[in-house]
Amino acid sequence: MPLLTVTDLRTHFHTRNGVYRAVDGVSFSVERGETLGIVGESGSGKSVTCYSIMGLIPQPPGRIESGSAMFDGVDLLRCSPAVARSIRGKRVSMIFQDPMTSLNPYLRVSEQVIEPLLIHQDISRKDALARALEMMEAVGINDAARRIHFYPHEFSGGMRQRVMIAMALVTHPELLIADEPTTALDVTVQAQILDLIRRLQRELGMAVIFVTHDLGVVAGLCDNVQVMYGGRIMETADAATLFKAPRHPYTRALQRSIPALQPKGQDLFTIPGLPPDVSKAIPGCAFAPRCPFVADACLARRPELEEVSAGHAHSCIRARAGEIDVDAMGTKAAHA
Amino acid sequence: MPENILELREVRTHFPIHTGFLVKKHTGSVKAVDGVTLSVRQGEVLGLVGESGCGKSTLARTILQLVPTTGGTVSLNGLNLATASRTELLLCRRDLQMIFQDPYASLNPRMTVHAALSEPLLVHGICTRAEVQGHVDELMRLVGLAPRFARKYPHEFSGGQRQRIAIARALALKPKVVVADEPVSALDVSIQAQILNLLSQLCREMNLTLIFIAHDLSVVRHISDRVAVMYLGKIVELGPAAQVIDNPRHPYTRALVSAIPVPDPAVERNRQRIVLAGDPPSPIDPPSGCAFHPRCPHAIERCKAAVPALVPCGASREAACIRLDELG
Repeated sequence: MPLLTVTDLRTHFHTRNGVYRAVDGVSFSVERGETLGIVGESGSGKSVTCYSIMGLIPQPPGRIESGSAMFDGVDLLRCSPAVARSIRGKRVSMIFQDPMTSLNPYLRVSEQVIEPLLIHQDISRKDALARALEMMEAVGINDAARRIHFYPHEFSGGMRQRVMIAMALVTHPELLIADEPTTALDVTVQAQILDLIRRLQRELGMAVIFVTHDLGVVAGLCDNVQVMYGGRIMETADAATLFKAPRHPYTRALQRSIPALQPKGQDLFTIPGLPPDVSKAIPGCAFAPRCPFVADACLARRPELEEVSAGHAHSCIRARAGEIDVDAMGTKAAHA
Repeated sequence: MPENILELREVRTHFPIHTGFLVKKHTGSVKAVDGVTLSVRQGEVLGLVGESGCGKSTLARTILQLVPTTGGTVSLNGLNLATASRTELLLCRRDLQMIFQDPYASLNPRMTVHAALSEPLLVHGICTRAEVQGHVDELMRLVGLAPRFARKYPHEFSGGQRQRIAIARALALKPKVVVADEPVSALDVSIQAQILNLLSQLCREMNLTLIFIAHDLSVVRHISDRVAVMYLGKIVELGPAAQVIDNPRHPYTRALVSAIPVPDPAVERNRQRIVLAGDPPSPIDPPSGCAFHPRCPHAIERCKAAVPALVPCGASREAACIRLDELG
């Protein structure tokens, strides 16, 4: 049985300017010890998906319209606040994008790292501090015995992100949700943090949901990847398949837009148009208005995510019917 | 060979640090840019890369004289900007424009696009009020926006469109040199590609000289002719973009290149990565000798002694490392 099963999650925001369908029918599951990557551009709903699972959506304006998130037999979306508190921060932890704003500047780091232990476990302050110190050393903070009593502003960005990881992992969670944890960091520091997450995951055997917009990060870290667009999942597959043989035009387009994969001196492949406006109902495929292969059927009805081979599913009706050659997409545009 | 349009000689930009409440004491300085020598040719795209805090943005602001230089000279077409008079500087500003990172912050929210684009035209007396409309329409079309959007305010546009407006504003005076400080970092991949294409197309068509600052090496490799790698206020490696990034010589560039994740699982999982320990040191009190030596896997005693100069290594390439020959 998967550790977490999310079924038909819909999180909408009801604002004065209309209803924003940030997450619009998302289903996926995470096995124990698995790393799932969620990739998408800004506004694709990847962060809101995580926030919904963690119960961090401000309601109102947000509202979870439907769906369930079964974590080890408990529906995280419907359980009582007391049950949610007993899971959140203990068995499911989250790390955030910006280490500058997600630590409390008024509290010493030691207070913040031991807090989850004091809340969730019957443990003395002294033992909690010892555990916290152990964790601080595990995440690679030198001179941890002294630095644990520092304030967040006394750490650099990379070190703050390590503190946040220590804080999230001190209770040895079964699932870690990482929402763009390296986006605000330099590449050399990003490499350190990714190594750290990989190593800790192996040691603690936890599952990780890793949200990012960087396909490169996903390639090195994740077992399975799902691509989101306009609040929906466009394609999901194991990492090797997704990169080698993407079947959905959006995945292919996203891959083709990366400068690293394109010959120098030519124009970059671009996706025409703008990301969808989720405040309006999208009757068909969310990518249809920007898709070079769009047909009438794409606009008429919302395509379902269907499996095409074991573990590989996508929502393009034309690719499934074999009517289009997705692989040719980048090359054709490069010559055009 | 085209003439060098922009010359930087030993440029230093330091920010003084004052402590004390009533009696301010000068206690040191942040050496943001510390001895940069660089020549940029007419029509060239020069990429400037480095981690945050390495001084690349300060260098950009120094070139535009938005911050005063502490030492050294910046000259545009042979004119030393530091000693230029106010009128000379005003004329130079036409030739020297900047595009900023965050299109949400660099456009005045209370000015329509029309107002933002017409302001430089009127200030510099490029055209009369009657002719402004035509110029604005032309600028909008140049960056791929419909002229009818000119009456809108910045908040009505998406990030990519705003960056197009910022580019149009920078090009209003038909500058010779444009400094773009991380123009695509705040944008999504698909939008990023559109803006990169626009920039390289404009460079070709208008024979612009572009100084392109970014921390994303793959973006820099794509757009630049040459690339300069900065570390702690100094250039550590300089050369043709593809060569520097595909075959880096300086140990820092090597580490930087190896840290970029490759979007291909087969490659990504089997390659050796040089993971640098620690963070970049503080530019207030940089390490002795080569500033990179505390993090360098090849550092020896000699590296701590003297600051290495940029020396030629191979065709039109330079690197600042004393062990270049030993490292191969």
